Amino acid sequence: MQPMIATQRFGLGAGPGELARLGCDPLAWLLAQLDQPTGLPADDRIPGSPGAMDHFLRRQELVRSRNAREKAGETLIPLSREVVDFLHPNEIVQANLNQGLATAIATPTPLLERLALHWINHFTTSLASAPVYLGYFGAAFEREAIRPHMLGRFEDMLFATSTHTAMLFYLDNRRSVGPNSTAGKRRGRGLNENLAREIMELHSLGVDGGYTQADVIALARILTGWSAEIDRPAPSTAARMGFFPELHEPGPQVVLGRRYADTGPDQLKAVLHDLAQHPNTARHVARRLVRHFIGDTAPAELAQTVAKVFQDSGGDLKAITGALLRSPAAAAAPPARVRPPIELLLGTARLLGRAPEPPRPMMALTAMGQPFRGAASPAGWPEEDDAWGAPDAIKTRLDWAIALAARQPAGLDARALLDQAFGAETSPELRRAVGRAADSRQALVLLLMSPEYQRR
Amino acid sequence: MSRSPFASRRALLAGAGSLFAWGYAPRLASAARRDPRLLVVILRGGLDGLAAVPALGDPDFDSARLAPELREAGATLPLDGFFAINRNMPALAQLYQDRQALILHAVASPYRDRSHFDAQDLLESGLPKLVDGGRSGWLNRVLAGLPRGERLPPPKGLAIAPTIPVILQGGAPVETWQRQAFAYADDDTVARLLDLYEARDPKLAAALRDGVLLDNVTMAEDGMAPGRTAGRLDFATDAAGAARIMARPDGPRIGAMAFSGWDTHADQGSITGGLGKRLAALDAAIGAFRSGLGPVWEDTVVAVVTEFGRTVRLNGSRGTDHGTATTAFLIGGAVKGGRVLADWPGLGQQQLREGRDLAPTTDLRAVMKGILAEHLGIGDAALGGTVFPQSEALVRLRGLCG
Repeated sequence: MQPMIATQRFGLGAGPGELARLGCDPLAWLLAQLDQPTGLPADDRIPGSPGAMDHFLRRQELVRSRNAREKAGETLIPLSREVVDFLHPNEIVQANLNQGLATAIATPTPLLERLALHWINHFTTSLASAPVYLGYFGAAFEREAIRPHMLGRFEDMLFATSTHTAMLFYLDNRRSVGPNSTAGKRRGRGLNENLAREIMELHSLGVDGGYTQADVIALARILTGWSAEIDRPAPSTAARMGFFPELHEPGPQVVLGRRYADTGPDQLKAVLHDLAQHPNTARHVARRLVRHFIGDTAPAELAQTVAKVFQDSGGDLKAITGALLRSPAAAAAPPARVRPPIELLLGTARLLGRAPEPPRPMMALTAMGQPFRGAASPAGWPEEDDAWGAPDAIKTRLDWAIALAARQPAGLDARALLDQAFGAETSPELRRAVGRAADSRQALVLLLMSPEYQRR
Repeated sequence: MSRSPFASRRALLAGAGSLFAWGYAPRLASAARRDPRLLVVILRGGLDGLAAVPALGDPDFDSARLAPELREAGATLPLDGFFAINRNMPALAQLYQDRQALILHAVASPYRDRSHFDAQDLLESGLPKLVDGGRSGWLNRVLAGLPRGERLPPPKGLAIAPTIPVILQGGAPVETWQRQAFAYADDDTVARLLDLYEARDPKLAAALRDGVLLDNVTMAEDGMAPGRTAGRLDFATDAAGAARIMARPDGPRIGAMAFSGWDTHADQGSITGGLGKRLAALDAAIGAFRSGLGPVWEDTVVAVVTEFGRTVRLNGSRGTDHGTATTAFLIGGAVKGGRVLADWPGLGQQQLREGRDLAPTTDLRAVMKGILAEHLGIGDAALGGTVFPQSEALVRLRGLCG
């Protein structure tokens, strides 16, 4: 495997001295990362679910009292200027991006950061449709439902994501009530199929995965009960999240021809276990993984190989990721995918050894068409090779690179960065262009915009 | 810099008039002295057509809908005695009064399942059913098939988006545009980078060249980025940008854009809640099309469509789930408006599709075929073969334009 394939296709680009550390065996460098921890350090501005719930409730209380005061005719100062004892959702989102940038600079395991990006996208929860809820719970989702499982069992990740408060908000399961449950009969509320459908269509079987509308409804019934209580008093914060028997549709359900007895919360566990073991899930998950890392032109056999490892291992994501890395086809395919904006930002942090700003990374991501954790739909970001390579998008990247380079120190040595990033693989044309640049800042722009840097 | 081994921006822009290829193109042959424009607006997520244009005259409306707020006084503006329009859409109501808005109801693409992504795929690809692998968009195939003089490059389409949506993907060239966030790159750096791309990556070279040209089309226009009100849903700014680019004499004649967020599964609030606000934002965008297109409005059709409708009944969380038929809007000076066209299926329990959805009675492709024939002069053979494959038997709607 070429070093640049290892650092860019499966990483965030080379940090200082990294090409030397890869030595002559980039594959071994990648595989060794699979034995490293996948978590992130604690950060008191990024609460886990219970903390997020506390902050959320305190904000909700203030919003309600403000609404009442406004109704009574009072003129209010903006919410953002109130003195508060909680974190605002955008503060958590910003802290999450900041931690991502800091991690990108220093991590010895960039492959794990890329895997996190992939699985966050596979199980999209988005700020686009629920900025307050997801602002609070989105970062916890990554830390509680994605990272602990991304080298573990797919089944566990499927269960963790399906039952996480962030997902229950994002795909409306919080509001889904079994029509024949205690609460359903009392309150006259009913099913919401959204989460059930996306679990089958996007997260597991795939859209051509052989399920019917009846299967979706049955899974929606099984999912009832998994919710979050944010309106009524509760004995504790922990009791506000999880499984609520009074919302759960009683009785057995049939999904894909198989009957699931009503075992309360375990009913979901049983059906997700079977969905995770289904051959169509292996095929769908493998396809998405291969497409994310390799691109449109990856040979079909590669996805088949990965899918087979998925099935043989019962969804062991470490084995699956290892199979992808070891495959000669994954190393041989030429760099094709234009790097998505989030990879560009994180990669540039790693390249420069500091956060790439100004311009503010949050704003830059939005301008480049990929607002942070803000995919437009549950399907996530587009994965086509040139999805991020349209004329306006490339021009915006160039404008961004110039704005970024303008604020870098004047003595910055772009030629050294070239060696750091691409080493012997630097094309003569790029070396010449950087060497002849009018000044060091223009040289940096040419490096950042080079085909070597833009595609992986 | 005094030396100039590189093309200056001016030189780069020497061909700016041909960015959309229309500068040299004769007026569309089929429509003498006319210069028609078509903009397709996709509402992603599935618009609740019964909340936008409720059929208040349907005898089963009250029992079927269970959305009492649509009945409240002042919630809607009357259209024709049977249909009314959500009060959040006064600009659309005014265009209806001016006979420049035609509202279609109970329309649907051929898609009959409940996946957003497949539904959008079918809506945008124009295919009769889903296929795996590569597909192009029907609007791109319209571009490719437009009548044009010999030796002219194919006319380019416009996508108001950071990336090209499926509806405009395909062989005919397309530009994307979105609001500018940074200062424009200097000519020298552009030229050096272009030089590098031409040696190493022709695709990136083409993209950069077109990106620079597109900037030039819009950079002279003052006020391309009017201040946004923080926190307020804004579709109008992008709509104004699209209108300005399309209004230019050398601008594109075919464009597409999308507004997201119509997937109202919970607490949809059709009048005063989330959906009401979103309809108001759409209405502001409609107003921005009207004013931004200026004189060319008279020869424009804006088609507002969505991938599917929503369930007639509210669900357990006071929202609506994925359904089938819904509404569509045709607006513009070229539209024969002031009407609601609907072969109304009824809202009685027996009349609903699968007991839950508004039944589709008009194929959205028949609507678009009607527009393409009457507005752009595209022949029936092409419409039924290449634009909407295997739709020869699907009769286009007539009398939509003129």
